[in-house]
Amino acid sequence: MNLLQIAAEEEQNPLIPPMPELVIGLIAFLIVFGLLAKKLLPRINEVLEERKAAIEGGMEKAEAAQIEAEQTLDQYKAQLAEARHEANRLREEAREQGSALIAEMRAEGQRQREEIIAAGHAQVEADKKAASLALRQDVGALATDLAGRLVGESLEDHARQSRVVDRFLDELEAKAADQSGTKAEAGA
Amino acid sequence: MSAADTTLAFDASCKIFVDGGCGFQSPGLHSFVFKPMFTVGGFEFNKPILLALVTTLVLCAFFWKAFASPEVVPGKLQMVAESGYDFVRRGIAYETLGKKEGEKWVPLLVSLFFFIWLMNLWSVIPLAQFPVTSIIAFPAALAILVYVTWLSLTFKRHGFVGGLKNLTGYDKSLGAVLPLVMLIEFFSNVLVRPFTHAVRLFANMFAGHLLLVMFTIATWFFLNSWGFAYAPVAFVMVMVMIAFELFIQAVQAYVFVVLTASYISGALEESH
Repeated sequence: MNLLQIAAEEEQNPLIPPMPELVIGLIAFLIVFGLLAKKLLPRINEVLEERKAAIEGGMEKAEAAQIEAEQTLDQYKAQLAEARHEANRLREEAREQGSALIAEMRAEGQRQREEIIAAGHAQVEADKKAASLALRQDVGALATDLAGRLVGESLEDHARQSRVVDRFLDELEAKAADQSGTKAEAGA
Repeated sequence: MSAADTTLAFDASCKIFVDGGCGFQSPGLHSFVFKPMFTVGGFEFNKPILLALVTTLVLCAFFWKAFASPEVVPGKLQMVAESGYDFVRRGIAYETLGKKEGEKWVPLLVSLFFFIWLMNLWSVIPLAQFPVTSIIAFPAALAILVYVTWLSLTFKRHGFVGGLKNLTGYDKSLGAVLPLVMLIEFFSNVLVRPFTHAVRLFANMFAGHLLLVMFTIATWFFLNSWGFAYAPVAFVMVMVMIAFELFIQAVQAYVFVVLTASYISGALEESH
């Protein structure tokens, strides 16, 4: 038997909806629709909104934190730069001070050295003078004594005596000068 | 062979290479007729009705479990349900109707989508294995609901005359052809629309079920003697058709809902 006959026998045209199925289908759908529309979807919408708000709030918070962190970083960098600058300045100052100190000490040393040298020179000069003076007196006395013995008479007159000695010494000096002059001529 | 005689869609003893056998029993309209499970005063309770009620039960249970006490940080079930909900809300409602107008229609579109999808899905679920939407009554019920909603929305928005103008595509600039256009528009919008809306879904599921049943019967029919060589071919086709049906089921549910949304958007449109 062919399909059309079956359809006819069963009184089933597949395009004509049987009433019970139509009604039950509608009711079945409306139950789902009612539950979703009246109860469940409002709830989930609420939660979705809440989540959206939470996420946006979280993002705002994160943004604020980021800004704060950036500010702190800037501040820190500025402080660091300032500190570095300060340190540089201090170092420079110390260096300047150090070099000034060194220069001062060097000058002081120089001064002291010169003082010591000058003192030495003065001492030598004074010693020389004293020695020369003592020598002159001793030589005078000795020569007078010697001459007295030789001539047999004491040269009592002190003034004359000292005049004689002086003259002698002057002659000696002149002779020495003469000698050195002839020496210089001979040298020339 | 009438459906009333058997609970299976075919006689299981029919095999190839059996002397005096019964031959291949192709599926047909009888595959969509079920023996009533019980009868209450002339009302026959059958498998499609049972499946329709189970659909309602499953959907209510699923969405209740997912959405009854929703959390800001969703669990697995809520996440799955949310993604489905969001798909219809954003992908269909907002897309077609805009966010402002669309929001109002989200519940209708969401429940339509999941209701139809599950009704289709029974086609490949073991033991059920019958797309409820291949019984015209179910798509028709939904199409009628959408039709009534759409028509009443049209007249509510535009008033009676404005509504008629909206339905007939009234446009003065058309001039002489205006009556013709109005006639065609009225015919296509008001008379044919609910029919095509329902039949598009119905026919897709009907044809899909026929193909599935045919290859399933063929696999069984060949499982005898030399038929073992052919049975795997039919079985592979069953698998292929199941995969294809899974795709078509989702697409048809989607199409039905998108059309619903576009009808509604037509009703909301400003008249010319």
